[in-house]
Amino acid sequence: MTHSIQVKDLTLDFGAVSVLKKLNLDVAEGEFIVLLGPSGCGKSTLLNCLAGLLDITDGQIWIKGKNVTWAEPSERGIGMVFQSYALYPQMTVRGNLSFGLKNARMAQSEIDKRIARAAEILQIQPLLDRKPGALSGGQRQRVAIGRALVRDVDVFLFDEPLSNLDAKLRSELRVEIKRLHAQLKNTMVYVTHDQIEALTLADRIAVMRGGVIQQLAAPQEIYNRPSNLFVAGFIGSPSMNFLHGSTIDGGRAFQLQGTRLDLTGYEGGAVGTRDRAIIGLRPEHLTVQDHAEPGQTIPAVVEIDEPMGADSLVWLKAAGAQMSVRVPVEQRMAPGTTVHLKVDIAKASIFDTASELRV
Amino acid sequence: MADLSATMTGPRGAKPRRVLSGRNIMVYGTLIVVSLYYILPLWVMVMTSLKGMPEIRLGNIFAPPVEVTFQPWVKAWSEACTGLNCDGLSRGFWNSVQILIPSVVLSIIVASVNGYALVNWRFKGSDVFFTILIFGSFIPYQVMLYPIVILLREMGIYGTLWGLVLVHTIFGMPILTLLFRNYFSSLPEELFKAARVDGAGFWGIYFQIMLPMSLPIFVVAIILQVTGIWNDFLFGVVYTKPDLYPMTVQLNNIVNSVQGVKEYNVNMAATLLTGLVPLIVYFVSGKLFVRGIAAGAVKG
Amino acid sequence: MAQAKHPGRLLRNLNAKIAAVPMVLTTLVVFLGGTIWTVVYSFTNSKLLPRTNFVGFDQYERLWDSSRWIVSIQNLLVFGVLSLVFTIVMGFVLAVLMDQKIRFEDTFRTIMLYPFALSFIVTGLVWQWILNPEFGIESIVRSWGWESFAFDPLNNPEVVLYGLLIAGLWQGTGFVMCIMLAGLRGIDEDIWKAARVDGIPTWKTYVLIIIPMMRPVFITTLVLVASGIIKLYDLVVAQTSGGPGNASQVPAMYVYDYMFQAQNLGQGFAASTMMLLSVLIVLIPWAYLEFGGKKHG
Repeated sequence: MTHSIQVKDLTLDFGAVSVLKKLNLDVAEGEFIVLLGPSGCGKSTLLNCLAGLLDITDGQIWIKGKNVTWAEPSERGIGMVFQSYALYPQMTVRGNLSFGLKNARMAQSEIDKRIARAAEILQIQPLLDRKPGALSGGQRQRVAIGRALVRDVDVFLFDEPLSNLDAKLRSELRVEIKRLHAQLKNTMVYVTHDQIEALTLADRIAVMRGGVIQQLAAPQEIYNRPSNLFVAGFIGSPSMNFLHGSTIDGGRAFQLQGTRLDLTGYEGGAVGTRDRAIIGLRPEHLTVQDHAEPGQTIPAVVEIDEPMGADSLVWLKAAGAQMSVRVPVEQRMAPGTTVHLKVDIAKASIFDTASELRV
Repeated sequence: MADLSATMTGPRGAKPRRVLSGRNIMVYGTLIVVSLYYILPLWVMVMTSLKGMPEIRLGNIFAPPVEVTFQPWVKAWSEACTGLNCDGLSRGFWNSVQILIPSVVLSIIVASVNGYALVNWRFKGSDVFFTILIFGSFIPYQVMLYPIVILLREMGIYGTLWGLVLVHTIFGMPILTLLFRNYFSSLPEELFKAARVDGAGFWGIYFQIMLPMSLPIFVVAIILQVTGIWNDFLFGVVYTKPDLYPMTVQLNNIVNSVQGVKEYNVNMAATLLTGLVPLIVYFVSGKLFVRGIAAGAVKG
Repeated sequence: MAQAKHPGRLLRNLNAKIAAVPMVLTTLVVFLGGTIWTVVYSFTNSKLLPRTNFVGFDQYERLWDSSRWIVSIQNLLVFGVLSLVFTIVMGFVLAVLMDQKIRFEDTFRTIMLYPFALSFIVTGLVWQWILNPEFGIESIVRSWGWESFAFDPLNNPEVVLYGLLIAGLWQGTGFVMCIMLAGLRGIDEDIWKAARVDGIPTWKTYVLIIIPMMRPVFITTLVLVASGIIKLYDLVVAQTSGGPGNASQVPAMYVYDYMFQAQNLGQGFAASTMMLLSVLIVLIPWAYLEFGGKKHG
């Protein structure tokens, strides 16, 4: 597989503040990469560097085997879709789509051909002669995608393209972007802070924090085997429960406050004996039952029960920490009841407290 | 079933409002009195300018004219004297027009491009210069009057219309740059990024993207400059010669000249004539004028 | 392999740099250069032409020995304090009245703001006419039967400043009202709702909540009005020409007369440097409050 984008040791400083730190990223051709992270993690900055909208401090950027580190945005063979759509308000949709092509002095016949094709793919033919002000949010975002489409480039950059849309439209357009990717097979780099978007769209997700990629892996991998505490806590809603304790017996068991969990069947490396460790349990990987099973369950006291329609979220107190568990909606529990949480150890994650890394 | 509404006593429906409440009398009363203070001078100007001198000597300056005459206006426009010249204010008017048009055009072009560069194409030191520019606008003009005389003399345009145009461009720059910078920075930055991805350069983005989106702010800038430059007195008196004096300077020379009999009606007609251009701009532009002066109050 | 610096840093962004040339020249040559030049030459004994014959603080000693300059400074202080207090108080009260969801707001605003569109020359000349003792307010009140009524500020050195003040307020209060009104409108509606629910009387809400919240607006207005007052020139020229006698002289007039009439440039430079100093006295505390405080807060 050939590389579509290669980022080598990319560093970006704003004055004394280092925003991106020696970042490396290889994106395969046709791959859909999502840059995910909390605000201020550098994901949009990285995208802007790829686009050439920010001058980098150090390192290199290659796109399609060409060093584009110093190239102008329009020379990089990229198309970009923005959060605020960024449509030129005084131009019609057709004007918006053709602006870049005219700047590149393309022949009118070719421009018309490309606009017709993009309009067909995105089903915006009836809108071509309207101004952006007369379009709905979803239509505007389609036009914005169209603007990247007509450039006929191999790399699409999306900067939180769905954040300005309401929840319903967001999920519709999400599916549409996925379909578009399946159809065009372009390389796509997509920035978002929404983990649902990331999990549904990405071939691989790059979880970022503090200008550093924390983990770059397929969505299921990131969900099941987060490489560190940050990734574990960031992915999943409600987030993973963390219980502090230690691993004993050479890593065969996890010792909590007064409870011992058997680690047989843990999918990870050699756990070993650690004085301080953290076990991470996702709310959907726990089940509530009324009897204890030694080495398999943790005793807990029900605090609040939140029915959410399809299922129900129960908040409990266990081993000195607050925990949440997803249960079937029929399983109602009165506050104050003592229950036992059964752990699916194959889906648990154990982290070293000091290094915060998964073991 | 019992009729519920019959058992519910007390207030019901819309709360009664009194038009002549104490609060309303206080609010409107004060505003009307204050408005009279503001209107009075305009009224006096118009009335005086429509009277003959005999009527002025006999009557009350607030009273409307018994006999309306336009003679003072004609005289103010084409016959009033400054020194030995007796060709009226018309000369000052045309001088002001000749100063106004290039000054407005030049200052707005310079400041809008500058504001655009400051927002979207920042370079090292650009913010430092902008800060000096804004603080510079607080320096009393008197401090820079003479150095500019030297500067203009060296350039060979001291005492010419072009010298004054340059001065207006320089001193209009802080407020106009601030105005345009604030406006351009309120436009979404992504629009600029999108245009760069589309391959447009500095001037391409300015003319094709920014300019068409900024017509209202250009109107505000024009209002600001037309009134400001038209009303200027100090620069006119310092940097031009008597032949080229703008209207305000000539007006002051006509009215405050010590020679001859004072013709108050002609003076007021001349004063009104001078105030006419900014007044028309003001009444036509309405809210945009307010926006223009509010822009002056925005912090840098 | 790791390199990122663009070739020819200076040529990068060239168009933007070209666009900024007028700004750079204005700030460096006119604002900084001109100011420094004037300050330096204020220490010379330049007469008709600027000369580099340095005489120390001679010009300043002569300046502060001049009764005309002392009067100018006193006038500026009195006029400045009075017009600051009046414009800000009146501007704020008018803005509050305008903010009572009144009818005809646009009409009232149009009436109060139109003088601001007029030049100080026009303002000065109109009020010179209205305050004319033979035909203006004084003669009219007397004709109503109050024979001893005296209101002739423009010919009475004691009160000539009030004559200027009336005209100055007429020209500028509408502007301050507009800024204040914008400030009032910028305050969150919910503050008013909360105060109403809490049962706080309207006037108390203004005094205790709104005015403190509008502190930045007041400070900005103060700085704008104050720096305008220091430049005060046209109004005096038109309305009183500095008279009667020297009673309504202001520093800006002193500067102009010495620079362009009396051919005593050194005095003019010294006087204008003093004006600059007075602006700095207003400006530096403001800049400190506005920009210095933020860094720590």
